[in-house]
Amino acid sequence: MKVVVCVKQIPDPATPYKIEEGTNWLVRPEDQILDDTDRYGVEMGLQLAQASEGTVTLVSMGPAGNAQGVRQALAMGADKAVLVDDEGLRGSDALTTARVLAAAISKEGYDLVIAGTESTDGYAGVVPQMLAELLDVPALTYATSVETGDGSVTINRQTVDGYDTVEASLPALVSVTAGVVEPRYPTFKGIMDAKKKPVDNLSLDDLGVEAGPAQTVVAITDAPERAAGQKIEDEGEAHLAIVALLEDRKVI
Amino acid sequence: MANVWVFVEEGDDGPSTLGQELLAKARVLGDVTALYLGSGDDSAFATLGEHGASTVVHIECGDRLASGPVAAALADKAGADSPDLILFGQAYNDRDVAGRLAARLGVGVLSNASDVTLSEGGVETSHEVFGGSQIATAEMTTGPFIVLIRPKSFVAEATGGGAPSVSTLELPDVGASEARVTGSHAEDREGPQLGDAAVIVSGGRGLGSAEAYELVENLAKPLDAATGATRAIVDAGWVPYAKQVGQTGKTVKPDVYIACGISGAMQHLVGMKDSGTIVAINKDPDAPIFSIADLGVVGDVHQVLPKLAEALADR
Repeated sequence: MKVVVCVKQIPDPATPYKIEEGTNWLVRPEDQILDDTDRYGVEMGLQLAQASEGTVTLVSMGPAGNAQGVRQALAMGADKAVLVDDEGLRGSDALTTARVLAAAISKEGYDLVIAGTESTDGYAGVVPQMLAELLDVPALTYATSVETGDGSVTINRQTVDGYDTVEASLPALVSVTAGVVEPRYPTFKGIMDAKKKPVDNLSLDDLGVEAGPAQTVVAITDAPERAAGQKIEDEGEAHLAIVALLEDRKVI
Repeated sequence: MANVWVFVEEGDDGPSTLGQELLAKARVLGDVTALYLGSGDDSAFATLGEHGASTVVHIECGDRLASGPVAAALADKAGADSPDLILFGQAYNDRDVAGRLAARLGVGVLSNASDVTLSEGGVETSHEVFGGSQIATAEMTTGPFIVLIRPKSFVAEATGGGAPSVSTLELPDVGASEARVTGSHAEDREGPQLGDAAVIVSGGRGLGSAEAYELVENLAKPLDAATGATRAIVDAGWVPYAKQVGQTGKTVKPDVYIACGISGAMQHLVGMKDSGTIVAINKDPDAPIFSIADLGVVGDVHQVLPKLAEALADR
């Protein structure tokens, strides 16, 4: 089975994000990391490919930088990566992202496309669904478990109060929640091998996609601040202060 | 008058709370058509009318996964009826239908909005970013404008509108995009739920282990509180995803929110910072959670929580 996993390189969430003046776009440094939530999709892809003697191709859009985020996913065991980076893609919205990914994925060929449910930096949460529509395949979303059978895929799909079992024919797209599988850590050998794995760099021209931001961020302003209240050190009696506050708020 | 569509999903008892919140906003923006996904009956349609819908389009999927056929049918309907604005909630089926619909129509989506206004030839939305410390204003000028709104952005309120006119949406065959729902499993929903509890007790990585989540549960009991969690401990597998509060989980606004061993990552703050009163217990005096807490206790949750639970149980 040919599995494509969509991954995203993002600025390390542990460092303060910077916003570019004028455009209000997120500044993307040379060093970016693999979005933590993508590790679940990569692991899922590796397991499904392994079971069917298939392959895992990573597809990613965004400023490539030094590509170390994509190398992280290659080090987990993916076979190759396709990276779409183009000056014309700066400030792209979810639809342009989906169009670019759809073009790159169609070019690669696939039986199953795996994506996270949303990225940690942009979190629009609709790219997988848009991508499925553009590819004309079912979108089996918010998967907490995934199984493939003879030409079909079955997932447990997260719902408000439990899960639904959803089934479709391949080719299909699955979006996975964190916790669908336990992602492996790259081994030393994996990290060394990743340096030699193929990474194709593609431009908008290569894909024949036209980009254009459908939306603009016109302003970013400070939100009204919530004032911090009292802070006390626990010396064995702090719970009494909490009891007093709960009484005052009439919840006990 | 603007033609506003609102996607409303059926909840436990008629239109969901999220759907009612969207209707409260939609009715001040224009003439409202509710796109109602669910089994539907006269009482549900009447409720939609009372919340401001003049028209209801009833959508029933049976065992078909909604997104493919519903997006296809709505795209055709949008071509015929030219809605100005289509509101969805930031929720599972909403995101699925909105994403596929936008791709079909070739328009963008403004996601995670906390407010929306229509202007001459455009739409403007507000988005809480960086854990809610800043507000981004976004604009889109190519319609129909598809906007996804975070739960609890507006207050659901019936205003006594009359019975709406109701029609049924015909769902087309979508060929290769079809998927079937072959089973449904509801988890036990005992006790207070995150969406409507007056008090929420939440735990984070500061608890130290999955077993220590019991401290959160023991405190919740005497308070009749719902229990929540941060993404970190959900990802770690300590508690199920249904308990996650934050950007990618639930947005909550209880009267009192008690954060136990939670440092206050942006991802978490955006889901709970509008709670009435916030109590935080964390041993790191510099934890960001203290900057929004009405009462911050610098201390060890393993010491403070059992004493607090005991003091409450004794009352």
